[in-house]
Amino acid sequence: MKLRWSVLLQWEALLVALLVATFVIGSSVAEAFLTGENLSLASADLMEKAIMALGLTLVILAGEIDLSVASVLGLSSAIVGATVDAGVPLSLAIGIALLAGALAGLFNGLLVAKLGLPSLVVTLGTLALYRGLAFVVLGDRAVSEFPQGFTDFGFNNVPGTLIPWPAILFAILALATFLVLHRSWIGREVYAIGNNEEAARFSGIDVDRVKVGLFVASGTLAAVAGVVFTARFASARPDNGLGFELDVISAVLLGGVSIFGGRGTLVGVVLALFLIGALRNVLALEDVAAEKQSIAIGTLLIVSVIATNALRGVQERAARRRSAPSPADQPT
Amino acid sequence: MLSRRMGTVVGLILALALGVAACGGDDDSASSGGGGGGGEKAQGANVAFLPKAINNPYFDVAAKGGEAAANQLGGEFKQVGPSEASAPAQVPFINTLTQQRVDAIAVSANDPNALVPALDRASKSGVKIVTYDSDVAPEARTVFVNQADSEQIGRIEVQILGEQIDKKGEIAILSAASTATNQNAWIKFMKDELGKPEYKDMKLVKVAYGNDDDQKSFQETLGLLQAYPNLKGIISPTTVGIAAAARALDSEGMSGKVKLTGLGTPNQMRKFVKNGTVEEFALWDPEKLGYLAYYAAAAVANDQISGKPGESFDAGKLGKKTVEEDGVVVLGPPTRFNKDNIDDFNF
Repeated sequence: MKLRWSVLLQWEALLVALLVATFVIGSSVAEAFLTGENLSLASADLMEKAIMALGLTLVILAGEIDLSVASVLGLSSAIVGATVDAGVPLSLAIGIALLAGALAGLFNGLLVAKLGLPSLVVTLGTLALYRGLAFVVLGDRAVSEFPQGFTDFGFNNVPGTLIPWPAILFAILALATFLVLHRSWIGREVYAIGNNEEAARFSGIDVDRVKVGLFVASGTLAAVAGVVFTARFASARPDNGLGFELDVISAVLLGGVSIFGGRGTLVGVVLALFLIGALRNVLALEDVAAEKQSIAIGTLLIVSVIATNALRGVQERAARRRSAPSPADQPT
Repeated sequence: MLSRRMGTVVGLILALALGVAACGGDDDSASSGGGGGGGEKAQGANVAFLPKAINNPYFDVAAKGGEAAANQLGGEFKQVGPSEASAPAQVPFINTLTQQRVDAIAVSANDPNALVPALDRASKSGVKIVTYDSDVAPEARTVFVNQADSEQIGRIEVQILGEQIDKKGEIAILSAASTATNQNAWIKFMKDELGKPEYKDMKLVKVAYGNDDDQKSFQETLGLLQAYPNLKGIISPTTVGIAAAARALDSEGMSGKVKLTGLGTPNQMRKFVKNGTVEEFALWDPEKLGYLAYYAAAAVANDQISGKPGESFDAGKLGKKTVEEDGVVVLGPPTRFNKDNIDDFNF
């Protein structure tokens, strides 16, 4: 246990180092990078993906995947747009959108946990299904007129600071997720399921219920991201957030979460999110098109997978050595 | 020990990957536009074009015009934009351009309202905003470079058809949707033009609606040919409609017997102009639109105009341009395309 923590800490330390490197390189190539206003805007741009990553981290830690998060974002945005456009009060509209997100997650969870279907296939299906529903809800149009307070929330900073309002929301959600994952029995069950589902089942964990709960959380958080997106861009469109799932999954994996479940921390994921955001921001300021920025992100992800595998190899070798009779060779 | 060394190696590899990626950008931070000169003479500026989407032939041609203008003025030009045409995709570009402190952004808006907060923030940071092709709410920009003055577009189409049929006979209009704002504005001016005495022998018998749908427009054209055997000409003020109508005339063997004109793009219509189905049609020239947008943006950036009606500025080869009501600058009469010049255009 002690050994695993040290390895994980190393991974997070590496992310911090990369983040620092990006800041150093970034501020030297792009003079606009290291300004409060730019960093404020750049972090605001991350918030939807960051919120989605919270739920996805839980799902992946339990050894499953949720590919439908960006489609739920689109569905949530479409629902907010269609209902506000129809004269529904904003708070009710948001409530309906969040409920829809929870139901979307519930549907995923039931198919995975109760029918035992692979989550990759189920959520690949609902990725298409929920996006389609978004187009059914709103049609091929955009709603861009919302109450002032709503778009102010999406657009403004906390008065007197450079902190965007959505970042406050993210901080609260991230703290809650952190407490659930790292300080509660639910978190321990999630890790147990991710490490060995059968063993978790035999030790009395209600695996199905936990999994359904995780998918509901993921769907609800994606719906929250949809509301934030709508507010931030004052634009509800069924194609909002198209393709975001790949960025979110990339961030979670780059954060050191194992795609097979059971390993990784929320701190790593948050660091990875900011790393990707900073990298994209620097590249954008240097006029590198978004499509080409993906080359850098993709490379980073592949290298990180190679690196985690290498670290795991090291860990296992060290563990073997430690169980050997000679006590001299302690891991550092 | 081993794990730390491995960590270092991995770190170096990643840092290298990062470094390579970070250095990959275009490095064009040198040189500053403008300087010197004064008065009414146009000056360069650092202007960025933000079209609805990049890799769109129409906007690429407009960018060519913008670049030509920048070269003439010794200013800077660049075009950035999303790969899909949506307002949320445009906003991050506005933010980035704001942080880069360009002098002016020329934007073609995917949504009149959704871009407003980001544009306001850009303005507050001292970045000047002009729109071209597609406007935003007027308070969020200084001027709008409008490609299409409704009156000119409407009248020129009647004039072109009149020349082709000696201003005699029955004509029809094949429009887009019956609710389309642009088309209805143009049709109003077509009818007004037709009301002039010189067109007393030209009679508008029907306005058909193809809904900007290729199949529907095709069917509507066939319907017009059947219902009005004496039909002499069709005006289709929509790029979808005119192409479908040309195909219908071509396939019915009516090429040349029923004249067709309207608004189309050269690439779409080239074949029909060459085979004689269409003699001449019109559209604004996006290259000139981009050219004018650059001059307007530079004039705003250099505080030569502030968007008030009556102000004027030098627009290079397009001459002097005047700001009209609501801060609109009109490109001018549409360009006419026929077999003599159509190969000069690629959009």
